[in-house]
Amino acid sequence: MAISAAESDPRAVAETVTDPELPMLTLADLGVLRDVRTEAGTVVVEITPTYSGCPAMGVMRADLVHALHRAGFADVDVRTVLAPAWSTDWISEAGRRKLAAGGIAPPGRAPVRTAGPIPLSLGPTRRTAACPICGSADTVEQSEFSATACKALRRCRACGEPFDHVKEI
Amino acid sequence: MAHEETVYDALDHAHGGEGQWAFGTGFDEPLAGVDTTVPAGIDPADLGAYCLMLGDDALVLGQRLTEWMTAAPELEEEVAFGNIALDLLGQARLLLARAGSVGVLGRSRDLATASIPDEDALAYFRDADEFRNTGLAEAPGGDFGQTMVRLLVASTVRLAAFARLRDSRDPVVAAIAAKGVNELTYHRDHAARWVLRLGDGTPGSHRRAQAGVDAVWPLLADLFTATDVEQRLAAAGVAVDPADVRDEVRSVLTQVLGQATLTMPDWPADAAPAGRLGEHSAELTDLLATLQGLARQHPAATW
Repeated sequence: MAISAAESDPRAVAETVTDPELPMLTLADLGVLRDVRTEAGTVVVEITPTYSGCPAMGVMRADLVHALHRAGFADVDVRTVLAPAWSTDWISEAGRRKLAAGGIAPPGRAPVRTAGPIPLSLGPTRRTAACPICGSADTVEQSEFSATACKALRRCRACGEPFDHVKEI
Repeated sequence: MAHEETVYDALDHAHGGEGQWAFGTGFDEPLAGVDTTVPAGIDPADLGAYCLMLGDDALVLGQRLTEWMTAAPELEEEVAFGNIALDLLGQARLLLARAGSVGVLGRSRDLATASIPDEDALAYFRDADEFRNTGLAEAPGGDFGQTMVRLLVASTVRLAAFARLRDSRDPVVAAIAAKGVNELTYHRDHAARWVLRLGDGTPGSHRRAQAGVDAVWPLLADLFTATDVEQRLAAAGVAVDPADVRDEVRSVLTQVLGQATLTMPDWPADAAPAGRLGEHSAELTDLLATLQGLARQHPAATW
């Protein structure tokens, strides 16, 4: 495969790698790709997990290394960064548009975390999400949890379709 | 296309193209690239022992929750248990890796092969008496109502501790806690809403939820008594003294049970630590047989 001009920049290469579970998004769109730099001839890539148990981290790491190898970067070091913790607020505007176009409702603003005890929330979840299929705001949550840790399951009352919603965290 | 045709091709490439990859095989350790230097004034042995306590609570409770796979009353709840267990497993993995990074491995390294990461050695190759989880995590789940009551209590205690651990002097523990708080908030709210629904539901659901409360409450006894390790680390600004979270836990549980029209039993008197010192019920041995059996029969397996 020919190496294009764009691929001589390791950041540009890393930014093409997509998320294994949300393949319409790049890791950069998702906010998981934290930094790409070159240190003494080695490309250092920093990524952060979305959830502690995210099972896709190993695949992301392997995809990044492989993409950079293919672009001609022999020495690649993918490092994990834990702090600050990932938040859905880090999903880019482009990423939100791609999610909606892919049939997944993007998250709203993440809850503000303050120091001290975490307040209990006993009422129904107040989060809202417009239907990514027909655009109606009349949607209800079916389940707090869905096919992956980062999503909840909702249903549109206008068009009747179920859809996933990246929940705010 | 810069990415692979399937997500597995790059994993195969990462493992030398021999086709010996799978989820759970040969993954990089979760703290790869994280600065694991122990700050001055913190005893590494104590830090590792404390990480085992927090990690084992999550590992063992996560295993209990996975027992609901194929048995939950609704598909959505099965998915919920799976997701919550996965969060806990992730927290356990990070904490056990932290313990391994400071050399706290117990007998696990004598039994495991050198090729598996520390957190796997700790999870799969320690015997029950080396586990440091509390009795609350290991008790059999009971029915759906009892499972939700236990999850409510366990996530309330863990969230209260993790909220404080965000300020731990160990930056790795602080980062794991900050991440965990976001997850545990979901777990606690989910369990609390189910306890509300069951307690304030039908006579049958109320009766079973109350039986769940009555069965779980004695397990509170040893949760708020610090071990020597916790006392020393709390004084050093690394750990939480469990006695400091008791009031918050009691307040949250009183609120949920009250709204759920459930009767809160007498709060048990503080008891000496048991699970934290490796004293466990026979049920933990049974749980570990399931959790560890495959890894111990085939300690160097790849597939």
